[in-house]
Amino acid sequence: MDTIIAATSARIRDARAAKTPLAIHGGKSKSFYGGAIVGEPLDVSPYSGIIEYEPKELVLTVRAGTTLAEIERVMDAASQMLPFEPPHYAEGSTIGGTVASGLSGPRRPYTGAVRDFVLGARILDGKGDDLRFGGRVIKNVAGYDVSRLMTGAMGTLGVLLDLSFKVLPKPVEEVTLRFEFDEAMAIRQFNEWAGKPLPISATSWHDGVAMLRLSGAAAGVKAARLKLGGELVANDVAKLFWQSVRDQRDVFFQTAEPLWRVSVPPTTGPLGLQMPQWIEWGGGLRWHRGIADVVALRVKIAQVGGHVTLFRHGDKAAGVFNPLQPVLTKIHRDLKAAFDPENILNRGRMDNF
Amino acid sequence: MHAELIADFQRISPPLKLIADTERLRPFETDAFISHRALPLCAVMPESESQVADIVKACNARGVPLVTRGAGTGISGGAIPLENGVLVVLSRMNKILEVDPASRTARVQPGVANAAVTSASARSKLFYAPDPSSQIVCSIGGNVAENAGGVHCLKYGLTVHNVMRLRVVALNGEVLEIGSAALDAPGYDLLALMHGSEGLLGLITEVTVKLTPEPQHIETLLAAFPSVLDAANAVNGIIAAGVIPAALEMMDKMVINACEKFMSAGFPVDAEALLLIELDGASEEVSEQLETVESVLRGCNQQEIRRARDHTEREKLWKSRKGAFAALATISPDYYTMDGTIPRRCLPEVLARYEKLSAEYGMMIANVFHAGDGNLHPVVFYDAAEPGEQERSEELGGKLLEICVEVGGTITGEHGVGIEKLRQMCVQFRENELAMFHAIKAVFDPAGLLNPGRAVPSLKRCSEWGGMHVRAGEIPRADIPRF
Repeated sequence: MDTIIAATSARIRDARAAKTPLAIHGGKSKSFYGGAIVGEPLDVSPYSGIIEYEPKELVLTVRAGTTLAEIERVMDAASQMLPFEPPHYAEGSTIGGTVASGLSGPRRPYTGAVRDFVLGARILDGKGDDLRFGGRVIKNVAGYDVSRLMTGAMGTLGVLLDLSFKVLPKPVEEVTLRFEFDEAMAIRQFNEWAGKPLPISATSWHDGVAMLRLSGAAAGVKAARLKLGGELVANDVAKLFWQSVRDQRDVFFQTAEPLWRVSVPPTTGPLGLQMPQWIEWGGGLRWHRGIADVVALRVKIAQVGGHVTLFRHGDKAAGVFNPLQPVLTKIHRDLKAAFDPENILNRGRMDNF
Repeated sequence: MHAELIADFQRISPPLKLIADTERLRPFETDAFISHRALPLCAVMPESESQVADIVKACNARGVPLVTRGAGTGISGGAIPLENGVLVVLSRMNKILEVDPASRTARVQPGVANAAVTSASARSKLFYAPDPSSQIVCSIGGNVAENAGGVHCLKYGLTVHNVMRLRVVALNGEVLEIGSAALDAPGYDLLALMHGSEGLLGLITEVTVKLTPEPQHIETLLAAFPSVLDAANAVNGIIAAGVIPAALEMMDKMVINACEKFMSAGFPVDAEALLLIELDGASEEVSEQLETVESVLRGCNQQEIRRARDHTEREKLWKSRKGAFAALATISPDYYTMDGTIPRRCLPEVLARYEKLSAEYGMMIANVFHAGDGNLHPVVFYDAAEPGEQERSEELGGKLLEICVEVGGTITGEHGVGIEKLRQMCVQFRENELAMFHAIKAVFDPAGLLNPGRAVPSLKRCSEWGGMHVRAGEIPRADIPRF
């Protein structure tokens, strides 16, 4: 593995000298996401494997090229999980791509996002320097939190090498309840429930049907189920349902129309956009599908305190990511330059600064 | 220069509270890292964001450094004034601007005390989860600057997990809006970067925190063990059984005895180690976990398990735990507290090495720690009246931290680097990593005026500062619980 690091570092140094951009990839399952890909491919998938996993520590350290499938197989055996329920857009989805894209699954509002569980990162910056930040322990305030900064940075700040995470035990019991609610009712209920000490672990609404997952100790889940009512969904059906939401397998997500990821404060009422919609994250995430005037859409969503990403398909020219406050744009450019002075790493993958 | 800057401050509207005379500056000459002191050029106490922006602009225009301070409870010296600088005290920005039960958030000014957020949310059966032991006094702004933890962060996370957005005044006086009321924000995760940045990147003027529903039911257990090793095994056993307690705290015999002498909470003084375990959640869930935990404890050679019968008894146990550091002052007048974190499995090895070093130096070491997180607070006792003892205690403390780094841990879990651990930063990070920290600072603060010299050592000088010193039992604000 050291030879892979040395070779990658040399490759970055050469690319820097030649000012040729490098396009980092692992399983290529999220190539659709973010700004257009430019540069020579830099495949990090050979840098894979679990470095350290001691279930009792609740800490996992892996190489960035390791597939989510491999990690989950090993963690399953210890009845533990990556608490942010990362999407597997394809079989080859890697942990490095998960951190770089910063994408989390249905459990996110209730247990936390990828960034909440990242403890440490070893990276190669745009100079080819091998740097380690954070660590393998749960509490650590030495130095700026550069490892969390890598999350969602789309590989623009460094090539991820080793990543450490806090992990959690799998819940003993999971049940899913189904409710027939209209949109406004679903949003209201999701928020009301989230304000109560209930073991909620996922929420979804689409086409008049709200789904709610409860996770935890058997007795606690049972008590919550009796309190909430709804129709109990068979376990195998529920499992497939949440997997399909997580991985966007439903036909709703599988068209060639532009897919908008609209992130809003969860209590925001119905947005009234004239496009088909799927709601997740207790109302915090509203997926919309269809042609839209992106500028007008962003203005409208900014008014409720949210932001819009063009997630899949559509015309990327108007910007995949929501524009930043002007004063933050400069900070982003300067941070990028501090990590990658020649702008060779994933150039343009974050297209809003 | 000094007079000109004061004149700038006097022109700020509405008028700014300004302290420039030595007598009234005295209370601000240190934070809770009392072995170092300095008098600033002056102290200013803004009451609004626009005043903060004007102060920063004036300092920037004249090239005068500034240090930001909240309640001054930090114990790594990060809020000690600079002699050639201005001290910006944010304690008058102490308003809770909004508690919104529907979205489970509260918007507060940085000078609001941590516990006040929970008090203001209690009516809606919500609370603010991070609970550093100094929570009745320490301010939210300081909590963000240090990424404060507490005894309940194993389950509920650190400050960085419980803050949604910040307003931050940058060096040029512009206001940065970082984070979002939504669950994520576009761009780099600057919210994470601000947490634990110790006042080096900007001045926090508003914090929106996430509130958590109050658990329906809480159980607090005390378990006593004949050895520290047995207690450490129990900690690992509980987590291996799939239970994440809300809190999981350990203390050794010396701490048990000191606490008992000081607080009389009924800690078993014949035990070598004690665990405080808190479980919370829905009643049914808690009873299930309680059974699991009790069965783990029974398998770990426990000599006693006790359950807090009610709220009063639980409060008494926690008061005693949170008062541990005041209690230790009754053992020896002078002590020095460290804040390393280690992988939990290394606990027995690390404690054995501490014992060996204790014998080598002829200095007692007591151990009280957040066992669930592997966050250790070893306490080194010394006698400041003996020449050279303080220096030896610092040397020993430094070695204790270096052991943490050696086993894969860190030099600071929750207290911050400040001026205290600059030297150990050089043990934990290599030159190119430290250079990256400096580059990040330069993005936000190209002139190097925001709390310069703190948190990140200069590359040239990995200097020789020490730790939290308690001199002759004089704990700064001994009435405030710590750690």
